[in-house]
This record gives sequence, structure tokens and C-alpha cells, in this order.
Amino acid sequence: MVAADSERPKDPAVRMFRRERSVPLRGSAAALCNNLSVLQLPARNLMHFAVVHGPSAQLLSAAPEGVPLAQRQLHAKEGAGVSPPLITQVHWCVLPFRVLLVLTSHRGIQMYESDGSIMVYWHALDSGDTSSVFLFHTQYRLCLLEELLPVATSSVWEGQEVIQGVLVLAAGTWTGRVLVFDIPAKGPNIVLSEELAGHQTAVTDIATEPAQGQDSVADMVTADDSGLLCVWRSGSEFTLLTRIPGFGIPCPSVQLWQGIIAAGYGNGQIRLYEATTGTLHVQINAHARAICALDLAPEMGKLLSASEDTFVHIWKLRRSPESGYIEVEHCHGECVSDIQVCGARFCDPSGSSFAVTGYDLAEILRYSSV
Amino acid sequence: MSVRTLPLLFLNLGGEMLYILDQRLRAQNIPGDKARKDEWTEVDRKRVLNDIISTMFNRKFMEELFKPQELYSKKALRTVYNRLAHASIMRLNQASMDKLYDLMTMAFKYQVLLCPRPKDVLLVTFNHLDAIKGFIQDSPTILNQVDETFRQLTDAYGSLSAGEFQLIRQTLLIFFQDLHIRVSIFLKDRVQNSNGRFVLPVSGPVPWGTEVPGLIRMFNNKGEEVKKTEFKHGGNYVSAPKEGSFELYGDRVLKLGTNMYSVNRTVETHMSAASKNLTSQTQENITPNPLAKEELNFLARLMGGMEIKKPSGPEPGFRLNLFTTDEEEEHAAQSRPEELTYDIINIQAIQDQQQKEELARIMGEFEIKEQPRQSSSKGDDLLAMMDEL
Repeated sequence: MVAADSERPKDPAVRMFRRERSVPLRGSAAALCNNLSVLQLPARNLMHFAVVHGPSAQLLSAAPEGVPLAQRQLHAKEGAGVSPPLITQVHWCVLPFRVLLVLTSHRGIQMYESDGSIMVYWHALDSGDTSSVFLFHTQYRLCLLEELLPVATSSVWEGQEVIQGVLVLAAGTWTGRVLVFDIPAKGPNIVLSEELAGHQTAVTDIATEPAQGQDSVADMVTADDSGLLCVWRSGSEFTLLTRIPGFGIPCPSVQLWQGIIAAGYGNGQIRLYEATTGTLHVQINAHARAICALDLAPEMGKLLSASEDTFVHIWKLRRSPESGYIEVEHCHGECVSDIQVCGARFCDPSGSSFAVTGYDLAEILRYSSV
Repeated sequence: MSVRTLPLLFLNLGGEMLYILDQRLRAQNIPGDKARKDEWTEVDRKRVLNDIISTMFNRKFMEELFKPQELYSKKALRTVYNRLAHASIMRLNQASMDKLYDLMTMAFKYQVLLCPRPKDVLLVTFNHLDAIKGFIQDSPTILNQVDETFRQLTDAYGSLSAGEFQLIRQTLLIFFQDLHIRVSIFLKDRVQNSNGRFVLPVSGPVPWGTEVPGLIRMFNNKGEEVKKTEFKHGGNYVSAPKEGSFELYGDRVLKLGTNMYSVNRTVETHMSAASKNLTSQTQENITPNPLAKEELNFLARLMGGMEIKKPSGPEPGFRLNLFTTDEEEEHAAQSRPEELTYDIINIQAIQDQQQKEELARIMGEFEIKEQPRQSSSKGDDLLAMMDEL
């Protein structure tokens, strides 16, 4: 028997979310994890979406009702090889003074202005640390990027305080390198400033949270193919706070909220950890297949999980007022019939709407709460 | 993407090809003593399967296949199967070969999509190999070849991590992206919808290593469980009964990859109405004919390793029709949507002279000479050929 989700009885006839008008795509979504990025621009009454199709990524903007307005396709930089390189991820990185669009492939990292019109930076992944062609072709599974709200750097130039953003990208090599870039407020002077070691296999996702000011509060979590999570604190350099070992299952998606790490695994489980200590506090048997995406609505602490099992679930995270322990409650489940979901994002900071992409599906499905 | 995908792709597609050919040959089978000279017999069927299987599992060929490499284009792969299908006395017209390839690809796409765990694609491959061994029970040499391939698979994939299998799965799905050909046997069995999408069930056993969704457990700082709640997942799942065997012999548990064709089920494909998202496919077909140099090298190496048995003596090739009648086959050839055409490599367009000669030599043996007569029986073809002498 299934227990009630929360204290008040829920009327099963009341649907919390309804399908909105879909946004059509030029090309279907590829079977990658985290294959949807959303840029919310409430001031301009616009929403931007980005989806990887394969050798190209599609950017499009839509009005709130889902009416598509403009679209653009981006490609990975060509190089030697049998076929055009495949894009592994496309994502908007929101810094307070600037938004960058980052596109990754096996060749390297391409950064654009937010509308994708101008490429401002290109970082080629070298094969320097590989010893054979075999490795060069395979494990540059370039993944994830996330944004970090600005670190007011104390490394000043000419006496002026320079506010910079720090952009952290993970290059998924066998060594699991995590690359840290310094981003200026304007222009292409993007500089690779650090390489973090902590992972032995391909890094799959990164999550960040603004530093809370206390010494021991974590700022960043990186996850990899073996399920290992590394918890980092930012500063003039990143320091490794703690490691949360995996259990042989990849962790394709991770989120960080108020010191709570939410990790989604290839066996359908979501685990919630205390970021500073790495202690496991919640284990959810959430899905029947691999989880492909997690997203957070920070205003309400809502967590979105999407999986290849065709389901999308919404959860509410909170801390118990008495013990301070992490608790979770299931809010809503949605079945996207016959679609192997590959990307899902909230479309507003309170989590009252979300969008979903699926493998082989040439549209973005949208849902909003009633 | 993964560089270890090609052996799995090739062996599973090859397995499906054999299922279909076997079914088709059986459907046209006449008992040996009653058969006229122009009809397929059991002996012919076994011979065709033996020839194809022994070519497929040829040691040199397998060596090339297992080398770490990217997946090549659909066009290149199609050429390899074209060659393989003609490894014996059997001949296929373009339309039948197209249909065969459609069926093969949709079947394996379905199997990859429905694999519970990414690692289960290996069990699907073993299912195909088990069935292939059933086709050649009377030939110990070929059986050895297949067992050898089994060992190669275990060596190459046995110790891969879950993450690496997930990458292989993604690589395969990218290869099959945007293929939505409707197959009548799938439509009848309700595993495919009328829009070409496969049905993804939300019930049944969960993958091995996954828990049935619904449980939330909360722990304190010491790791002790302090609370347990449930939520309504929405699916109807049960625990996995047991794990499939990865040994040379064993119960695979998984049914994906076993032979779903039987003599009585004719297999038709419908060319689905052109869908809008064919950008990637049309791009591949629009690309100028000369394949990338690397692809041509790959083909030359791979097919060079294929030892095709030429029909000995004056024996001509016999044509197999994948449709019910010749008229149907002819109609299918003419009405195939443009964007779903599989281009055959035009050797003349190849710039590199040496490569051109090499490929021409390898491929020249199975060029299908257009038969002037439209009959489907072996005898008529024979007569036609004798007329031309």
C-alpha cells in the first residue's frame, strides 16, 4: 500500500500540472543526459531554450505561451576525423554581469555571447595526457558546466578591485579534470586559471551555489561516471572539502541547494547528502531507469528529476526545524508517454513550470501548474 | 562517443539479418524431394545461412571489427551488409535489400531502447549469438568461430564499467536517431505506435540493480534510518527476478535479441510519411558521394577480410524476394521516399585511384546484374541466363 505523500490528503483528481503548448525543434534531441538548458529572461518576457541534436545544437527563444520567435543552430568546430564532431552539451552560464553560452564537444569548449551570435573563446582539449589515439577519440566526453556567482577577487590589478566571474567546466578525460576559467565582465579575455584533480573517470556534472560567507560552506559539487562526488569550497583557489564515494553506478546529474547535495544515479536513485560532511541523509527509489536530469528551483527548494523511464518527478527539499536534518516530500509525478526523457528544467525560480526534452523528439514539452 | 560500439552494432544487426533471411527462406521452402529445380529447399537455406555466418565470423574480419574506432556512417555500414548478404548463392534486389536493412535497424533500435540496463545490450548480443549457433549446429568449424567471437566479446566488454556502457548506449542511440520506419510485426504486437515511436512500458521488472520506485528513506547523522515514507510513482513495477548470464552458456533472462520471426508472420515495413525532423538523415544523403577517406579505408580493410565463397562452376545466383510478389518489390523500389534512400557507393566517384581499384575489386564480385525477366522462380532466372550465353 502506498502511504499518503503528505499530511493533508491529496485529491487524485486534481492535477497539479497541465501540458502547455510545445515548442517545435528543427532537429530531435540526442540521447544525452542533461540535454536541455533554459535561460529565463522575465524582464523581456522571453524564454531561451537550448537542445543538442547531434552535430548541431539548437537555440531558440519563445514567448511565455510557447510561441517560437527566433532560432539559431550552432556547430562544433570541425577538425580531423571521420564525421563532424558531436556536441556533448550546450548550456547558459549566468553571471550577474554577463551571460555566456557554452558548447562542448570532444574537440573542446566553445563560449559564445548569450544569443550564440559571436564566439568569444575556444579552448581545445589537447591529447597531451593521453598516450594513444584510442584515448583521444574516446573519453573526451566533455561535459558539464555551471556558473558560479562572482567571487570578488582579491587579486587586484593596479589597485582596483576587479569583479570577475569564475566559470567552472569539467573536461571528462580519463583523469577527470575539472577546468576553472576566469571570466571578465566583457570581452574575450577568458583565462584558464586552475585545473582541479579529484576524479579518476569522466566528470558528468557540476553544481554550484553562491558562497554563504562561512568558511565551511561548500560551493561546488562535481560528479563522475563512477558515482563519486567531490565537494569543493571556492576561494582564491578551490579546495576539496570532502569526497562522497560512489557505488559503481554513474551519477549523471547533481544539484546543490543550501548545503544539500541532490545526486541522481544511473539506477534511478536520488540521494541527498549534507554537503559539508558528505553524510547521506535521504535515499529515494525515485525511478525505474537511469536518471538523466535534475534541476532546482531555488526559491522554493523544489527538485525536478527526469529519467529514461519516461517519468518526471517534483520533490520539495527542506530541513527539519528541530533536527536540522534534510527531509524530502514528493509533490508531483508526470508520465511522458513513450518518450525517453533526456533533459528537464524548471522554467521559473519557484518551480511552477518546467520543460522536458526526449530522445528522437523534435519538440520541447512544457508544463505549468494550475 | 564510445569507440567500442562497432562490434555490438555489427553483430546485433547481423543477427537480425539472419533471422529475417531464415524466415524468408523457410517461407519459400519446399521439401527437398518435392521441390522442382527452381525452388528453394532446406538444403539451400542451410547453405545460405552457413555461408553468411562463416563470412561474418571470419577471424580476420572480427579482428578488424574489434579495433577501437568510431562508428562509421549508415552508408558505409549498409555497404558491408550488402556484401554480407551476397556471401552465398542468394541474390537480393535493391528493394529487398532496402527492406532487409530497414527491418534490421528498427529491430536493433528497439532492442537498445528497451534494454533495462545499458550493460544488457551485451545480453542482447549473446541472444543473437546463441540463435546463430542454432543455425549452424552441423558445422563444428563455424561453431568454433562463433565461440571465439564470444570470447572476444567477453574480453572486450566483460569488465567495462556501468558508465562506459551508458556511453555505448548513447552512441548507439545517436546512430539510430530519427529512424521511425513502421514495421508491421511491431505494430501488430503493439510495441510500436502508428507514428513510428516505440512503446516504452511503465510496468514489469525493474533492471537488475535497481529498486522498485516508491520508497523514501531518511537517515540521521550516524547513518541510522529514522523515517520511511512512500510515494506514488505512477508505474507498475516489480523486482527483477534474477540477472541474465554472461557466460558462454546460460539463461540470458532477457528476451530482447531472440528471434521474433516465425514462418507464418510475414514482415512488412511501411515507409512512414516524411517527418519534419529528418535534418540529420537528409544531410547524410545529400553529402557528395565520395566517402571520407577514412571510411573508404575502413571498408577496404573490413571487406578485404571477408572471404566470400564464389559459387563454383556454372551455378548462378538465386534471387530472394523479401516481398510477397515481384510486382510488390518493383512497386516498393519506385515508391521509396527520397529521404530514406540508401545510397550505394558509386565507385566511379572515388578520387583516389588505388582505393578505387581496391574497392572495385572487392565489390565487383557481387554487382547485381539486372535480370530482364521479372519472375521469382529459380528456374526462370536460370533460363534467362542460359539465353544470354
